[in-house]
Amino acid sequence: MRVKQISVFLENKSGRLAQVSDVLGAGGVNIRALSIADTTDFGILRLIVSDPDRAYRLLKEAGFTVNLTDVLAVELEDRPGGLAQALKPLAEAGMNIEYLYAFVQKARDAALVVFRVEQMDEAANVLQARGIRLVPGEEVYRL
Amino acid sequence: MFWDRASETMPREELEKLQLARLRDMVARIYERVPFYRELLRQAGCEPGDIKSLEDLRRLPFTTKEDLRENYPFGLFAVPLEDVIRVHASSGTTGKPCVVGYTRRDIETWADLMARALTMGGATRGDVIQNAYGYGLFTGGLGIHYGAERIGATVVPVSGGHTKRQLMLMQDFGSTVLTCTPSYTLYMAEEAQAAGVDLKGLKLKSGIFGAEPWSENMRREIEARWPLKAYDIYGLSEVMGPGVAMECEVRQGLHVFEDHFIPEIIDPATGQTLPYGQTGELVFTTLTKEAFPLLRYRTRDISALYPEPCACGRTHVRMARITGRTDDMLIIRGVNVFPSQIESVLLGLGYTEPHYLLVVDRQARRLDELEVWVELSEGMFTDAVRGLEELEQRIARELDSVLGIRARVKLVEPRTIPRSEGKARRVVDRREL
Repeated sequence: MRVKQISVFLENKSGRLAQVSDVLGAGGVNIRALSIADTTDFGILRLIVSDPDRAYRLLKEAGFTVNLTDVLAVELEDRPGGLAQALKPLAEAGMNIEYLYAFVQKARDAALVVFRVEQMDEAANVLQARGIRLVPGEEVYRL
Repeated sequence: MFWDRASETMPREELEKLQLARLRDMVARIYERVPFYRELLRQAGCEPGDIKSLEDLRRLPFTTKEDLRENYPFGLFAVPLEDVIRVHASSGTTGKPCVVGYTRRDIETWADLMARALTMGGATRGDVIQNAYGYGLFTGGLGIHYGAERIGATVVPVSGGHTKRQLMLMQDFGSTVLTCTPSYTLYMAEEAQAAGVDLKGLKLKSGIFGAEPWSENMRREIEARWPLKAYDIYGLSEVMGPGVAMECEVRQGLHVFEDHFIPEIIDPATGQTLPYGQTGELVFTTLTKEAFPLLRYRTRDISALYPEPCACGRTHVRMARITGRTDDMLIIRGVNVFPSQIESVLLGLGYTEPHYLLVVDRQARRLDELEVWVELSEGMFTDAVRGLEELEQRIARELDSVLGIRARVKLVEPRTIPRSEGKARRVVDRREL
């Protein structure tokens, strides 16, 4: 059920983000979703891409500090309150969400949100028990 | 003003006779009592009896900070520990500090030389001396303190930091003499302005500033903002602490207290003694210290010596302001910092091959800021911001506890710190003194 996410350490210097997308673009890797967490000094760029293993290799070869992190891709109803449907059960189970971000593209008529929680397996169980669909990696990369 | 006119204005001939007698006595003592020195002198083919004139000093070997480290903590003491009544310490190049000891008589001598220095800076028994040098292992605080008590002034042992309290005490106690690092003076001036304190209305008449390099520009700026006259004082804990040399009212160089210390300027590359007036590395030999005598100690400070008679009447040679270092030591807010110390901290935290850069700056707030840039290693990258911030904080805490200095740690991308010939450049000093 897990989806591989690429995380890149970026100093807050102009042009670094452009270099990442250059490297991926030249290597034929498509970006499906992204988010940046930043502090005053540095940022962490998180990407869902069409081919995570290839992206990892390309970025590493280009000298970036990269790692692969497992996340959940959660399919939610695209209507007001849709996100709450996933958040509530996780809160009730006492699980902290480290971060989340949404896909721009849509899978069918639903919204797609990336979740990173500490207890990945438990979170997956909690969500699935509520009938929430987790989108498998292969499907996400192909979007 | 003189504290000890006879010593301070002693005719050169008489002074040099005194120096020679003291030097012979000192070399005999260390040869007899300190195995390290006996070996050092033997290897150089010297014996205490060889010293017939002051020129013979040039034939004796140097001691260095590395020698102090190798004999950590008490290996160079020339008296039994029971005769040592105090120790102080300064930064070493690695984790261990350099330890120095004082007998009761050493403390007396130090107090006397500090009294001499404070008197040169205009302090008298009627003065209120606000001592904002740090108290503790650092020699600044206690060194000034004992000298101030010796002249009978009223000492306010406020120690460093706590700027609001400094300003309050200055106003309430009517402090007339301020002792601290010169950069702290400028920092306090900024704070005073922000707090609406009228510095020009204070009773301060003298400032005795040292423990870090500064310039005539800084002096002008300090004097423009404060009502005081600013004096430069020099010392280092290995040699004694503050009170090795001090400016007189003429303020053209610092008189080295030659009845207790022999200064030399050498070429740092060859070790050759340079003639008066030439710039090189400052070297000191102590003449009267009992617990921790030093033979031709290489300070790594860059200066020059001027023998011309001074208008103040003192006969002691003058040294130029310190203009730099022959090694990569930094002085940040009065604290000596070696890049190698940072490296040992990073190694201690599990970095196997740390790449780092020290960036020192003195911004508008006038206080030195140290930034330590550390290249993130692959193994240390976690996807969580919190994890990286904790890493920065952990490094900063460790630096604080080992170096005693607060630094801002900044993680940077691997291979971004410039390397020259495979070796990283460790320091960027952006301060303009």
